[in-house]
Amino acid sequence: MADYKLIGKPYSIADLVAKVTGRAKYAEDFRADGMLFAKLLSSPMPHGRVRSIDTSAAEAMPGVEAILTADDLPPVDAPGEAGLTNEPMYEGEPILAVAAVDETTAANAIEAIRVDMEPLPFAVDPLDSLRPGGSNARLDGNTMVNRELANVKWDDVDWAAIDRGEMQTNGEVAEEWEVGDVEAGLAEADLVIDETVFHQSMGHQPLESRTSMAYWQNGKCYLHTSTQSTQRTHGAAARGIGIAPEDLVLVAEYCGGGFGSKIFGSIQMKIPALLSQKAGKPVMMRITRQEEHFIGRARPGLQGRVKIGFRRDGRITAMDMFFVQDGGPYGMSGDYVVVPDQSTLMYQPLSHRFRGISVYTNTPPRSPQRAPGGLQAVSMFSPLMQKAAKELGIDPLEMIRINAPAGQAKLGRPDENGEQGNVSSAFVVEAADLAEQTFDWQAMRARSGQRNGTRVTGVGVALSSFNAGAWGMDGLLTIRPDGKVYIQQGIGNLGTGSVFDTGRAAMEALKTDWDQAEVIWGDTSKHLPWSIVQAGSNTIHTHTRTNYAAGEDARRKLQEIAAGDLGGSPDDYDVADGRVFRRGARSSGLSFAQAARRAIELGGRFDGHELPEDINAVTTGAATALAGLGLMGVARDNYPTGGRVISHAIGFAEVEVDVETGAVVLKDYRVSTDVGTVINPRGLAAQLHGGGIQGFSAALAQKWVYDRRWGLQVSKRFYTNRPPTILDVPHEQPMAWAAQDKPDPFNPMGAKGVGETAEGAGSGAVLCAIADALGDGYFNRTPLQLDLILTKIEQLPPAFSTLTAHV
Amino acid sequence: MEDVRPVEDDCQAGHMQAAQAGHSRRNFIKGVIAAGASVSASSYVFKEGAVARAQAPGAVERLVTLTVNGRQRRVDVLPQETLATTLRYKLGLTGTKIGCDRSECGACTVLVDGVPQYSCSMLTHQVRGRALQTIEGLQAEDGTLHPIQQAVVDEQGFQCAFCMPGFVMNMVAMIDENPNPTRKEAAQFLSGNLCRCADYNKILNVALQGAEYTRRG
Ligand code: FES
Ligand code: FES
Repeated sequence: MADYKLIGKPYSIADLVAKVTGRAKYAEDFRADGMLFAKLLSSPMPHGRVRSIDTSAAEAMPGVEAILTADDLPPVDAPGEAGLTNEPMYEGEPILAVAAVDETTAANAIEAIRVDMEPLPFAVDPLDSLRPGGSNARLDGNTMVNRELANVKWDDVDWAAIDRGEMQTNGEVAEEWEVGDVEAGLAEADLVIDETVFHQSMGHQPLESRTSMAYWQNGKCYLHTSTQSTQRTHGAAARGIGIAPEDLVLVAEYCGGGFGSKIFGSIQMKIPALLSQKAGKPVMMRITRQEEHFIGRARPGLQGRVKIGFRRDGRITAMDMFFVQDGGPYGMSGDYVVVPDQSTLMYQPLSHRFRGISVYTNTPPRSPQRAPGGLQAVSMFSPLMQKAAKELGIDPLEMIRINAPAGQAKLGRPDENGEQGNVSSAFVVEAADLAEQTFDWQAMRARSGQRNGTRVTGVGVALSSFNAGAWGMDGLLTIRPDGKVYIQQGIGNLGTGSVFDTGRAAMEALKTDWDQAEVIWGDTSKHLPWSIVQAGSNTIHTHTRTNYAAGEDARRKLQEIAAGDLGGSPDDYDVADGRVFRRGARSSGLSFAQAARRAIELGGRFDGHELPEDINAVTTGAATALAGLGLMGVARDNYPTGGRVISHAIGFAEVEVDVETGAVVLKDYRVSTDVGTVINPRGLAAQLHGGGIQGFSAALAQKWVYDRRWGLQVSKRFYTNRPPTILDVPHEQPMAWAAQDKPDPFNPMGAKGVGETAEGAGSGAVLCAIADALGDGYFNRTPLQLDLILTKIEQLPPAFSTLTAHV
Repeated sequence: MEDVRPVEDDCQAGHMQAAQAGHSRRNFIKGVIAAGASVSASSYVFKEGAVARAQAPGAVERLVTLTVNGRQRRVDVLPQETLATTLRYKLGLTGTKIGCDRSECGACTVLVDGVPQYSCSMLTHQVRGRALQTIEGLQAEDGTLHPIQQAVVDEQGFQCAFCMPGFVMNMVAMIDENPNPTRKEAAQFLSGNLCRCADYNKILNVALQGAEYTRRG
């Protein structure tokens, strides 16, 4: 491993003191003089048309200052989502908003508004919409085919079989592809697993609801908001409000959780912004927990069927998968296409086929949620891998090794020439070997089936692979006359630490202590460069690249300035510890402060008055604003790329299942990972365990329950849709983790992201462990709650079909 | 003592903490009724607003003195106002967070006479004459962090940290009651707080580290 000054070392995260003293300001913590409060009037029905709105009584109420309806919003093309609507497509969808002097008055005004609505047909279960004669969630179609809204019904499908819980695979789909010959692969297999599978939809439920406060000054909108990204949210929010980006200042220094639901999070931002414009006063829109439940985005559920062929030695010959996605009303997530994509990587099947369709439903809007599609793939397939391993008499960890991707392994949908893409690196076998040693997997396995009174121990292992980086963004920093390095970050601050961790790449390039760095983030008036969205586990890989590029650019400029002033060539000089100095003669050189002043005197490219041509226009704007402040490091990330960046994690879970009560206790969870070079070990541990626990939540806890007759939800808050508490996770001893620290060849430091990869590992391992505890207790559904477990133990007929959504 | 069993199942997440604190949703609702107002099902809805109030002055005295972080604060409080609202919107103490406004998450936890309470589900009128402590009151005048705060910084505790103030206040109460908890005891004490980033492993590291710092003095 390279000898780094900063990379891989724990350090103190700059914003922690602000957070732990209560000084850190989240969106709802801002106040402005004369600030009004907004409340929403939301749809009481799953689908309806607003016939008329009578606001007269509300408008007559003292203290009511503005009312915003869908007609006040910039138009959005179908099937897009506007934020307020005259045709709500799910219960809880906002119809209008009121701004008043306080929340009580706003709420009373909402009560006083009369909305006359015509109920429209609805569908909460996608299969209901595919049924001949079944109603659609949207009036303009129930799916998209070739990017057009379409109406698909499955006329020639055996619906009685579907009602029995057996997915049929002859219905029309919107997407399909094949790699190799799946029928031949299944025919040559020694074992074929053929199962109907179901994965639930689930909300993101960040602890901070998507609150925003907006005001206008001199024609500019100032928006304090909760978003994962910053620079990328800026454009999206401006578009939503209907103004030019230069007329919007977006402040989002802290974000109380997003998990994919606030990548931009811009849909609801326009409401306080436009209300404020209308009222001529600042407007705070606090979103309640219940509103967040509806408008706060969700992971799409999947109903499907999968056939997997195995050779006797465990090698997978074929995977054939068929999925219907529960798309919500606006269908913004491609999870169902990601499932096969990630599966082809994790299991490297010799042949592979995918068929699938996303169907609109009158349920909350979908968006990517931590490992979109990746989580579902691991949750659905890991127990099948375990089942096959048992039947073939193979250690399930060995099964992972047998099919593991290695090196620049292939994955995904073939292009028009039939070629699949590949990943930049995969060290899965190495992660398995590391776990075998570090976690003593064989001792864990030996505990499988042990009985303790009515409790039976089960162990499970699952591989999860997911996106972990991108490239091609820009880095921007200035070394100023105070001797400090100001690193501009356009990514957001979700608390993962990556906004600081990636800044350390710049200081690594300058071989200078971290206390000499200042990170600038979270406010678009502070000149932020073109950045990736703070999502997709992208930032660690993508912005170690950009910041290293900016650091290298600054280093070259420091060397040139020193050579110009002190003689010799730039290569005679080195940079470290806040100085540029002659190699072998450390005292001959300039401090960063001196070099910064010289850069300003020299101007041109040294202080940002001349900029590289290949940087994004956003970066050019930011750099131009910073020109003349010091020595500027600015560069596009032009480092080589070697394929899609994917990290890998293998989760190991140990559970006890009480065979009398069905209760599950999670005893232990360990995780081994290939994340390339470790950038910040504590941040990595947090992602591995936090992500793993969110996986437990998907496996065991969160789901929606709908009253199917009325299309209304009965699980609208934490207590009816509860994520794990501290007692629901292993808490008697710390959870373990291990990382190999093997660099990815296509990152200057070898870094890859991890947040999303971590989630599937937790979910898959727990699901396998529960199945293991019950012998061959394979379950076709998630979440695994008491009813399913008890039904299995008691060998009772299921209370509902495997394929039924939202029960 | 009042019956402290939660009477509505929406206390689940806060059940244990509520029971410890001798506080329940039933008490909260009783408190609202006693204060001459009724509570709506909708979290932030008060039946009597600023405007209505101006027209019909309430029967309860509104100008109250609160002791917050050792200081006396005079504040105009509606009869049905929750402590979380008063702290955040009247006293500018925005460190206390609202995650659910309904006893489900613990983000709003503050100490009332040293006892952790969900400030979203407690009326400000209930805490007159009692000592309130919030996250803003932990750091010493000279800038020294409270041992729990120091443990957060040293362990890189929490992620988004929206749950952090509630957890930290509960930890402060924990070490007061049990200065040397096991990991399991700490988990039980902290189980009324929800962390959606699920940083529980590090949260327990922080709790034990903070307890150790306190013992070392
Ligand atoms: S318990 Fe969630 S805000 Fe009070
Ligand atoms: S750190 Fe995000 S909710 Fe706890």
